[in-house]
Amino acid sequence: MAVEITLTVNGVAHALAIPENTLLVDVLREHLGLKGTHVGCDTSQCGACTVHLDGRAVKACSVLACQIDGCEVTTIEGIGSVDALHPMQAAFRDHHALQCGFCTPGMIMSAIDLVRRSAPLDRAGVRQGLAGNLCRCTGYHNIVDAVLAAAPHMTERQGGG
Amino acid sequence: MKQRLAAPSDVIDLAGVAGMGGIEAGQGVVSIGAGVRHAEVAGSPAVRGVLPALSALAGGIGDRQVRHLGTLGGSVANSDPAADYPAAVVGLGATIETHCRRIAADEYFVDLFETALKPGEIVTRVHFPVPDRAAYRKFAHPASGYAVVGVLVADFGGNIRVGITGAGPCAFRGTAFEQALADDLRPEAVDGVPVPDAGFNSDLFASAEYRAHLVRVMARRAVADLLGR
Ligand SMILES: Cc1cc2nc3c(=O)[nH]c(=O)nc-3n(C[C@H](O)[C@H](O)[C@H](O)COP(=O)(O)OP(=O)(O)OC[C@H]3O[C@@H](n4cnc5c(N)ncnc54)[C@H](O)[C@@H]3O)c2cc1C
Ligand code: FES
Ligand code: FES
Repeated sequence: MAVEITLTVNGVAHALAIPENTLLVDVLREHLGLKGTHVGCDTSQCGACTVHLDGRAVKACSVLACQIDGCEVTTIEGIGSVDALHPMQAAFRDHHALQCGFCTPGMIMSAIDLVRRSAPLDRAGVRQGLAGNLCRCTGYHNIVDAVLAAAPHMTERQGGG
Repeated sequence: MKQRLAAPSDVIDLAGVAGMGGIEAGQGVVSIGAGVRHAEVAGSPAVRGVLPALSALAGGIGDRQVRHLGTLGGSVANSDPAADYPAAVVGLGATIETHCRRIAADEYFVDLFETALKPGEIVTRVHFPVPDRAAYRKFAHPASGYAVVGVLVADFGGNIRVGITGAGPCAFRGTAFEQALADDLRPEAVDGVPVPDAGFNSDLFASAEYRAHLVRVMARRAVADLLGR
């Protein structure tokens, strides 16, 4: 059976008819074609699927889409563009905070939420705050550098979502 | 559902139900709505002020994304053997309020994923008595953050309560610890207390014997924290 919901994703309203057991991450990837939100596990542990739901970082693989009728979702596609990167994206690039890039969209969405909610941050705070995002490549060191570097720029320019 | 432990024909979302939100801290009790998310408890200055052990417990659940979604009601209704809140429910002697009655902590947790809740019974609030001091320590699973073993120790004017999660099929009171600590409230006092591992959980992460060992270590650390050492 299909359920009808409306979702605002990256500022655009969508009316959707979806099977009731559809996860938010599948709505984003399969119904809306937003493939930047990744799926890295089936245990809700990797954080690759992190998006902002009404302004809070959540794992899109752990949310039933029909639970969030009327809500606002921001994905990695909604925070910056190639020409105008979000300060967090720019910092990840400048600090070599990604290698394969699989974890990066979730890492960035998580990091933006972390910086917004918990200033001032130190290295330990960043590591603890990103505990829900796993990276198999970088060893986290450069990710911590990038988040700390982006933080002051975000207070100047918050970016979307 | 996602773990395929349950395949219900219908699912009811409780998120929009009125009267299941809000945190009230006062008159010796912290009362928290069942729909309150872990991040709200962890971030509440009121909870941090009167019951910092509960604040820290909530802030140590899973990770930030998990704390943005998980609720107190969902945690205590699920009775996951490795969940953190059950240690506080048992260790603080909380009262579980449902839409039709109040259930004492000691009667509430029954077994693995099983509570005293009847089918259709909905948890609306949990009332946590405020002790003179309390501390919670867990040995967190390195991937999920769940408690391989977690121990909450609370001092109510010399009466000690100890709630243990992770070790058995559901949270339970450490009565032998309570007696030993009532006589001698020092970390060393737990060393001689026997922790029989019969019926303890055993899985690929930790044997029953290892969990019994962790119970004593976490209890000792919780007492040290409680004493401010
Ligand atoms: C990666 C990961 C890591 C986690 N780490 C931890 C951890 O370290 N420590 C920890 O304690 N937990 C941990 N959790 C669990 C998490 O914190 C949630 O508490 C748990 O998933 C329950 O979620 P929920 O509140 O959305 O309840 P739901 O999943 O919606 O519900 C759980 C069960 O409770 C029932 N229920 C929900 N609310 C009520 C109510 N008000 N009355 C009656 N029944 C109700 C539901 O019917 C269902 O059976 C983790 C979860 C994940 C995915
Ligand atoms: S896909 Fe791994 S946490 Fe969502
Ligand atoms: S960059 Fe490869 S998983 Fe993080």
